[in-house]
Amino acid sequence: MPGREELLDTLAGLALFADLSRPRLEEVMHTFEEEVFAEGQRILRQGFSGSNLYIILEGDAGVVIDGVQRTTLGKGDFFGEISVLLGEPPAADVVALRTLRCLVLPATEVQTFLLGHPHVTLRMLQAEARRLRSTTLWR
Amino acid sequence: MALAPRRRRGTSTAAPRPFPPGTYPVVVVGSGPGALQLSYFLTRLGIAHAVLSADDRPGGMFRNFPIYQRLNTWSKPYAPVAPDSRHYAWYDWNTLLADEPAHQARVPEFMRGDSYFPTREEMEASLAAFVTRTGLAVRFGCRWEGTARTEEGFVLRTSDGEYRCRVPVLAVGMAEPWKPAIAGIEHVPHYAEARPSEAYAGKRLLILGKRTSAFEIADALLPFCREIILVSPRPPLLSIHSHSTAGVRARYLLPYEDHILGGGVFMLDGATSLIEPTARGLRVTATGTTRPGNFVFDVDAVVAATGWTTPLGDLRALGLATFAQDRVPALTPFWESTTVPGMFFAGAASQGAVGLRKHGVPSNSGGLGGFRHNARVLARYLAETYFGIAIPRPTLQPAEVVPYLLSEASRAAELWNQRSYLARVLTLDRARGITDEGVLPLQHFVDASGPDAIATVLETDQSGDHHPAVYIRRDGRVSEHVLPGDPLLNFETGEHRTQLGAALGDLF
Repeated sequence: MPGREELLDTLAGLALFADLSRPRLEEVMHTFEEEVFAEGQRILRQGFSGSNLYIILEGDAGVVIDGVQRTTLGKGDFFGEISVLLGEPPAADVVALRTLRCLVLPATEVQTFLLGHPHVTLRMLQAEARRLRSTTLWR
Repeated sequence: MALAPRRRRGTSTAAPRPFPPGTYPVVVVGSGPGALQLSYFLTRLGIAHAVLSADDRPGGMFRNFPIYQRLNTWSKPYAPVAPDSRHYAWYDWNTLLADEPAHQARVPEFMRGDSYFPTREEMEASLAAFVTRTGLAVRFGCRWEGTARTEEGFVLRTSDGEYRCRVPVLAVGMAEPWKPAIAGIEHVPHYAEARPSEAYAGKRLLILGKRTSAFEIADALLPFCREIILVSPRPPLLSIHSHSTAGVRARYLLPYEDHILGGGVFMLDGATSLIEPTARGLRVTATGTTRPGNFVFDVDAVVAATGWTTPLGDLRALGLATFAQDRVPALTPFWESTTVPGMFFAGAASQGAVGLRKHGVPSNSGGLGGFRHNARVLARYLAETYFGIAIPRPTLQPAEVVPYLLSEASRAAELWNQRSYLARVLTLDRARGITDEGVLPLQHFVDASGPDAIATVLETDQSGDHHPAVYIRRDGRVSEHVLPGDPLLNFETGEHRTQLGAALGDLF
């Protein structure tokens, strides 16, 4: 199970945090909580209010809408941001496909975090753009 | 299994130590509030068990901490409900739960009355009285040293010999000092090793950390230190902002105000990289995080208020999954290891079951006020799941459902102490009618299949508004219904009755 140094190394390897210095990474590590989910456990629940922002450190998760798995998420991916930013319940379940280790940031802290870390915000926006492009390509 | 008054130590010939090595259905490790509370409920349900502790007396962490002696959780002598009512527990977060009045040892009984935060000694006295009044037994001086699986369950190796059991429950607290791997950290005493406050008179002190224990030290040393510098990578998270006990409690915010006013307390966001001894004391080097810059502090003393870890012994070798930088075991909603089936946790380590964390509010299982309720739920779960003990459940008439659930949301300590986490659950069976299943983890309710049912919790949203929320399982699907808040926390208004009734529809 990762200790402090291993966790810092993992964060440094994620695209989302690629522009951050080591001290900034330490701040991120102390700002987010770490959580681990067993295989099959739901992290986001479709239609439930009050969810948070998650970033995957290890493992895979399935995005499930009305019982049908639509896509999978892996290391470095994040989820829950749409629900947090729009203040709406998630439109999908996110379920751990195997042991899943995440960083979690409460919705109450997301806006402050994004404003305080513009490089992370830009990286997140790029990831959203890629998702949007994929969605457009499907149509 | 009846609970009988226990003979006071030293009032007669020494009794033999209880629970010699052997085979027991359940073995509880620990003698702090988590272990005592679980032992109480196991006893009430007739589940034979041994309680083992390396300590020499009950109390767990309260034998030594808080280091500056007064808790940050309230025990209110005067409350809106009677002290002997079930709901009083919300106003007294520090008292262990007991069903019979003769077994109760409410903390205010032991307090001088000059604060609603008990001192460490008052807390310890209450725990000792709880043991005496309930007749709970503990084998003190018996250290858990190793663990192995067997076909029947587990064997715990101890300083007194081997204990075989079907179910081990570790209530070993989360009170082992933890320090991060910083160069030179070995020169720095942990919070647990901080010296008497007078020893810091006139000193320039640096505290590593900005969580509750850091602020507790800073608050206690305000009258003594020349300067206090708090350093950690992120700004402090306050309970009044997080809407939970996960932040620094307001009781310790005087150093924050001193920092704001510029009175000699400094709070800096920095990642500490080096601690070196000097002729005068210690030199601490840090790099700014939220604002760039390098800091070098020459100080008289440093204290690491960097938190705690769970003493997990050799459990990682059995495959125990952990998180929070390897400090907390990963647990199911019923506090069983997610990776070592049959291994359970109670007390502060039960925070390893995080729950839904709705609106960012985690379980309150890291504190006595929260985990005491978990113990009742766990004892019932073990009774039914492992030992075939049927627990009677009351039934309700349909007209009673709405008033009962709104009453629970308004004042049940289980729901208030464990917001978004513990739920009052009613199930509907066409043959048996409406059954009160008691209090269960919300996560279990929403993620497990089962009959048509309703779970009621108390939640707090991002604006800090408290309100009831109900989760209705109908034909296997669970839907969420958030009820309105109320400025005076009265959730029994006509509007609440109407909305809950509409959500339930024809379910009941």
